[in-house]
Amino acid sequence: MLFDLPILSTLIWTPIIGGLLVLLAGERWARVVALLVSVLTFVLSISLYTQFDVTTAAMQFGELKSWIPSFNIFYQLGVDGISMPLIILTTFTTVLVVLSAWEVIKKKPEQYLAAFLIMEGVMVGVFSALDAILFYVFWEAMLIPMFLIIGVWGGPRRVYATIKFFLYTFLGSVLMLVALIYMSIKADGSFSLLGFHSLPLSLHEQLYIFAAFLLAFAVKVPMWPVHTWLPDAHVEAPTGGSVILAAIMLKIGGYGFLRFSLPITPDASNELDWLIILMSLVAVVYIGFVALVQTDMKKLIAYSSIAHMGFATLGFFLVFSIIDNTGSWREAALGMEGGLVQMISHGFISAAMFLCVGVIYDRMHSRNIADYGGVVNTMPIFAAFMVFFSMANAGLPGTSGFVGEFMVILNSFKANFWIAFLAATTLILGAAYTLWMVKRVLYGEVANDNVAALKDVTAREFLILGLLAIAVLFFGIYPGPLTEVMHASVEHLLQHVSIQKY
Amino acid sequence: MQSIYLAIPLAPLLGAMIAGFFGWKIGRTASHIAAITGVAVAFVLSVIVFKHIVIDAAEPFNGTVYTWMVSNGINFQIGFLIDKLTAVMLIVVTFVSLMVHIYTIGYMHDDPGYQRFFSYIALFTFSMLMLVMSNNFLQLFFGWEAVGLVSYLLIGFWYKKPTAIYANLKAFLVNRVGDFGFLLGIAAVLMYTGSLDYAEVFKQAPSLSGRTMEIFDGHAWSILTVTCILLFIGAMGKSAQVPLHVWLPDSMEGPTPISALIHAATMVTAGIFMVARMSPLFELTETALSFVLVIGATTALFMGFLGLVQNDIKRVVAYSTLSQLGYMTVALGVSAYSAGIFHLMTHAFFKALLFLGAGAVIIAMHHEQDMRKMGGLRKYMPITWITSLIGSLALIGTPGFAGFYSKDAIIVAVRESSLAGAGYAYMAVLIGVFITALYSFRMYFMVFHGKERMDDHTREHLHECSKVVTVPLILLAIPSVIAGAIFVDQMAFGGFFGSAIVVDESHRIATEVTHHFDSWWGLILHSFADYPVYLAAGGVFTAWFLYMKRPDLPDMIQQRFALVHKVLVNKYGFDRFNEIVFAGGSRLLGGMFWRVGDEKLIDGLVVNGSAKSIGWFSSIARRFQSGYLYHYAFVMIIGLLLLLTWIVFR
Repeated sequence: MLFDLPILSTLIWTPIIGGLLVLLAGERWARVVALLVSVLTFVLSISLYTQFDVTTAAMQFGELKSWIPSFNIFYQLGVDGISMPLIILTTFTTVLVVLSAWEVIKKKPEQYLAAFLIMEGVMVGVFSALDAILFYVFWEAMLIPMFLIIGVWGGPRRVYATIKFFLYTFLGSVLMLVALIYMSIKADGSFSLLGFHSLPLSLHEQLYIFAAFLLAFAVKVPMWPVHTWLPDAHVEAPTGGSVILAAIMLKIGGYGFLRFSLPITPDASNELDWLIILMSLVAVVYIGFVALVQTDMKKLIAYSSIAHMGFATLGFFLVFSIIDNTGSWREAALGMEGGLVQMISHGFISAAMFLCVGVIYDRMHSRNIADYGGVVNTMPIFAAFMVFFSMANAGLPGTSGFVGEFMVILNSFKANFWIAFLAATTLILGAAYTLWMVKRVLYGEVANDNVAALKDVTAREFLILGLLAIAVLFFGIYPGPLTEVMHASVEHLLQHVSIQKY
Repeated sequence: MQSIYLAIPLAPLLGAMIAGFFGWKIGRTASHIAAITGVAVAFVLSVIVFKHIVIDAAEPFNGTVYTWMVSNGINFQIGFLIDKLTAVMLIVVTFVSLMVHIYTIGYMHDDPGYQRFFSYIALFTFSMLMLVMSNNFLQLFFGWEAVGLVSYLLIGFWYKKPTAIYANLKAFLVNRVGDFGFLLGIAAVLMYTGSLDYAEVFKQAPSLSGRTMEIFDGHAWSILTVTCILLFIGAMGKSAQVPLHVWLPDSMEGPTPISALIHAATMVTAGIFMVARMSPLFELTETALSFVLVIGATTALFMGFLGLVQNDIKRVVAYSTLSQLGYMTVALGVSAYSAGIFHLMTHAFFKALLFLGAGAVIIAMHHEQDMRKMGGLRKYMPITWITSLIGSLALIGTPGFAGFYSKDAIIVAVRESSLAGAGYAYMAVLIGVFITALYSFRMYFMVFHGKERMDDHTREHLHECSKVVTVPLILLAIPSVIAGAIFVDQMAFGGFFGSAIVVDESHRIATEVTHHFDSWWGLILHSFADYPVYLAAGGVFTAWFLYMKRPDLPDMIQQRFALVHKVLVNKYGFDRFNEIVFAGGSRLLGGMFWRVGDEKLIDGLVVNGSAKSIGWFSSIARRFQSGYLYHYAFVMIIGLLLLLTWIVFR
């Protein structure tokens, strides 16, 4: 078939060119073309998994072309066990987003779908770029389609939300650019990411660079206290926007910590790991309580996303205290892989939760929990899905939501009892905010005439939720394949960060 | 045998999937056939396993089904450990489950959620089997949470009922508090032994005794004590021990068959099973055992008191379950694990019987559960009456009945124990015997004897239930009588469980008393020389006197001791306390974090604040760009002047 094509470039440019085709296809054919493009991209991306070599931590499927020779900037791509699953998550989620927009988006659907396809290509670019400038270009380019998606198809306060979203994330990333340029000067003009990894930097330099990265990635994840853009953005975003935002864009922050902060500034990470751990635990506990009192379903899920992403960052930064306690970096693999599994799993579950809200929002045009009640009476199939995904959100074993949290909590005990203690509060808080919402929305007598008039899920909605349910269940029952691809890369990274750089 | 082991949990799972996914299409009968077949297959296979492991005394099986995940060199596996402990649990779970499945055909006959119900209870059976068959902590936790999930779904089965959906949320969250401790316990196990497999963990456990960890700086605590208490917190949630017992009485909002299956016979005993399974760990730490003992004794006694003031027939049985779970926990505390499991087994039979009997009464009374509106039912429902009487006699420990042997074994073990707290526990379990007899026969007399207090319409329609209801009652009544005599020799005092349960030399109370008795009838004779049998008889007599002879007395006592009565009716205030402090406090805290932390400080002060300050700064800076040439010229001249001044005078 297309085996001799460079697979990563194909995955980046197929959806981008496809997006332009969708624009040309016009309103009538836009959906079909978009679906074809997204399915094609997804199918192509599967070969990343099937041809992936799990025994090596080296970058695979590499591509290298000169791009801006006068500045030593290359078009350099490649993936390892950390980025590969995230790329497949991206291509999978995009298919669902295209499906979810099918009948729902009435206003300029071709532009809406094109924005998502272009977004997909750019996000794959972020995960596969190995040149700092190329990464930065993709990183910033990502903001544009999302800015449009929220700004054009969003809710009533979309302007405030988009400006907040844009400025917040932009503010973080500008300092990252400064850090990248500084390092390139130190590295004799090279922008190679792998070169940066081995670049010797003094602790002093590392601390500044770490701070710049932290701001960029913490906003993206988002970590407390730079998280307040997320609830606003989610509430105003259309369903598809929320799905991509929660499932993929947040992961890019977590990915940044693994690709930049930890390997480039390991000693600064060692100095400041308490800060990240503290911020992650605040995300789990504080945000858990905040989620409890939300009255808007989307806001509740947005806050729950922040809490769940806290597990990812927590898992990544446990390594230094574990080395202190046990003397071995190998012991930290469970936590870091747990963080990664959590990111993938959260991609499925948050997408599913936002899609669930989308399903009833399309019918009732309200996100307010108080406007619902007794939905199970009129939409039993939908209710079954929502209870299932809520349980996954609450980390029930047998669903993917359990795996990452389980791994991180087990591993954090090795770092410190109290870290594990605070992290484990998610068992109670996560169940409390999710199931309390389920109780108020789904259960009880039919609350009002609007609920009484609800129709159960259509075949299209059933397909979307069903696919996600299969993914959530599969990785809950058998997460082995997922952790298998990560081992080599995670071990390589852990070993790398355990060695002092100066 | 391995394929049999695998088929045991999978058969009910298949039944659950057929009833759940295709129930709407294949209809009610096909759905219940699917579910019942699944459970029946599991039961038959369990009997084969029981014969293989217990009667033929085969070596325990310990094997992997598949590797769930590998990380950090640790194999996280799904696997089975089939020893005598598992074999007994398999029989108990599948037998009671099968009875409840059959009974459900009658009980849920008119319910629109018929297929869904069968799907849930078959799924429950699967989860419970995974729990008891596990050979590692991961699968244990999986089964643990899965039974919690099904319990949540079943308590809230009638999702229109506000009390039911309140109760299921409460049950799930309280259980999660227990799981919180449980998970930390598992994390401690993994940290200190590097494995989650029982065999490996138990092998390494002795090397941990004497080692300490510091949770608070400067306080060295024994690793094993901390680990075991954390694990036991999980058991406290699932097996409803004080103070995590609050969910169990409310769980009675669910349909009665699941109260029998989940909230009496099987799921709530998972905690007991777990601690017995962990006996190699608990045996190494007396502090944890004392903790277990005191919690169990408190539950056994104080939850029994609450049974005295309930008027809802199901709630009486529910408090009786709490109290009996306390007895089992007490047994664990004094290292009489096998007596605990023995009581677990007999209790499963007679408590399921009592619940199903109560359910039969509820059907006959048209879903009336208030005992004050019953009375004299023995005439109308002879089978229910007799079987309930058998259940009650077994519960109070009448010599010869199943409950007698298991409860007596526990009481003897507590008496002989020298563990800290054993004195308190002995008092608690003795008084508990009297209380148990009192509330059980209060219920029995109020329901089956005395004046008929129901309205005429109900009375006219009173009749015995159909066969699908009465046959399970009879089938459960049989082991409620004989199971004790059959197994007492081995289970209560002997080494029935072999290597499955480890008891430290210094804790071998149970075996010391063994040689006093040689047979089941010897025990009956001997019982008349001890307190419990007289306490039980006293309880029955008191109940008869108060509710048959002088029915005016209870009201008088209630008025005389109004304060005590109020405390009991309010269940010692646990619910109110939790509602105000935990539920209310969390909402208050969440609201504060949100409104003050997020909206005022972060968003208001920092985010929008910086936007505002930039706006303010620009409004100042704007004045310098007035557009008037003479402003610019003036600034230039002043600037030049200042510059020259600086150059000249520096």
